[in-house]
Amino acid sequence: MKRTGLSCVLLLLWLLAPPGTAQVAGDTAAPAAPTEVKAKDTPFDGGGSISIEWDAAPGAAEYRIERAGPDEDFAEVETIAGEATHYADGGVTDAVAYDYRVVAIFPSGAEVASDPITGITSAPQWFEGNLFGVALAILIFTGVVVWYIRRARSGEQLYVRRIAGLEAVEEAVGRSTEMGRPVLYVPGTGTMSEMGTIASLNLLGEIAKKTAEFGTQIKVPNRDPVVYTVAREIVKGAYTTAGRPDAYDPDSAFFVVENSLAFAGAVGGIMVREKPACNFFMGPFHAESLILAETGSTTGAIQIAGTDQIPQLPFFVVACDYTLMGEELYAASAYISREPLMLGALKGEDIGKVVFGLFLIIGTILSLLTGWDFGRILSTGGH
Amino acid sequence: MRDKLPLVLLIILGVFGLTDRFLPHPVAEAFNSYLRDTLLRIISAFALILGLGNLILRHVNKIKHKEEHWPHSYVLLISLIVASVIGVFGGISGELWFPTSVGDFEFDITTIYFNVLTPLGASMFSLLAFFMASAAYRSFRARNWLAFLLLSSAFVVMLGQVPLGHAISPAIPEISQWIMEVPNTAAKRGIELGITLGVLATLLKILAGIERSWLGSGR
Repeated sequence: MKRTGLSCVLLLLWLLAPPGTAQVAGDTAAPAAPTEVKAKDTPFDGGGSISIEWDAAPGAAEYRIERAGPDEDFAEVETIAGEATHYADGGVTDAVAYDYRVVAIFPSGAEVASDPITGITSAPQWFEGNLFGVALAILIFTGVVVWYIRRARSGEQLYVRRIAGLEAVEEAVGRSTEMGRPVLYVPGTGTMSEMGTIASLNLLGEIAKKTAEFGTQIKVPNRDPVVYTVAREIVKGAYTTAGRPDAYDPDSAFFVVENSLAFAGAVGGIMVREKPACNFFMGPFHAESLILAETGSTTGAIQIAGTDQIPQLPFFVVACDYTLMGEELYAASAYISREPLMLGALKGEDIGKVVFGLFLIIGTILSLLTGWDFGRILSTGGH
Repeated sequence: MRDKLPLVLLIILGVFGLTDRFLPHPVAEAFNSYLRDTLLRIISAFALILGLGNLILRHVNKIKHKEEHWPHSYVLLISLIVASVIGVFGGISGELWFPTSVGDFEFDITTIYFNVLTPLGASMFSLLAFFMASAAYRSFRARNWLAFLLLSSAFVVMLGQVPLGHAISPAIPEISQWIMEVPNTAAKRGIELGITLGVLATLLKILAGIERSWLGSGR
């Protein structure tokens, strides 16, 4: 009993011992070289990098990584802190053989080098393996979308959820027609390389068809010259598709200015002077979103906005009658056109969202139960 | 052919764009950066010529037909010509042959930018404060329980950002932080997930040739 009590006291003392106690033991230990030194081509990169890893040398304060190229002596690559046990050397040339060694540096000044690892080469890879989970998720999502497009192609009627903002499009264009005022369509202040702009231009085609059918004037001011050229072609095409090429006004889509605040000022001027009966703000917007939406609101126009820029959503929600949030902007052209194949893709998108939602729920539960981070499966690793 | 060529080009280049992140090989990276940094810039340069042409024609027509506010078009055209001449022939800071100063008065393109364009932009930007006040007044009226919830959370978040909130109760900044970090972040992530899938679905529709509005001319 006494012995058990003494053991407990000793155990308690050992547990409470300050970390320095172990350090002293380490300091007094004989300096030893890092063991298990391994070097290999850094995986899943564009080449030009070799990764070195090793088991820590007890008591080492720093490690110096040394490299020797063909017919060269070992030279320092970098000195790193004593806690590190791996290093990626990004200063190598592909297909050239290098030798490596790791030198442990002790507080006493003693240095002990590991055995050299010889003949390591680097090479570029074609696939970023860290993104395997993301690639798989994209393939699954693509499969779901293609499956629903095929079902739509076979003539199946697919139910698609109601989007209030898009239901109001016809009403808004009709109101413009009744009031004899133009429709204003702003395709965002982004560039052509942004998907939000592309989604907006797809929607512009559908709305321009409606203005052509209703015989209403449409005005499309643009901030980006590339977007302007595409928007002009789209409006022209929509009038041709609607069977009203004669009603097409070449000035309906026009370039204003590249500076976004100046653009907001110019579009605000158009809204105040010409008083369009409905304003569409669709696409990527930035600081100018509220300037546009509030100015439009003071003119009494019906306003329908949609953006994939999350910080701008609250501004549109408070200043517009309807707001398409994020993915609704991408669904808009399919929703309005009611073209079966487009609706199939939209349905596939919705099902994909359900699949990812389930993955999130199951992953969260499993992460909580097992402690393993399931989010890493779909991690982009900073890409 | 006129229909097919843009579609084929789009499919080839679109697939490369989609796989950009998955191909770390220098050959793939070089090709992608050539597309982004070289080809896209050439297209942008030509589009800028078209855009400027459109701008000049519109305003010349406005002056010609004496449309409403036609004198404003003179301001635009004269500013465009003056700034272009100073910028192209005078250089960024007046280092080229065109004179960009008279005595102490400098009017090189950098000076014009910082003394005319920047204050004008700042003036437009400062209007946001007034627009925010009017928008907040409209949206924060407690017409139903959802609007009341919005009003209450906005009130707590705003109070949590100023010293007064902490003076009333140290819990207010913490609640404010919690609203921003938990419900707000959760909602943002939900929207982000939808956007990501929407982007992917749109890309697939375009690559599959289902979405063709961008081709224009009635295709």
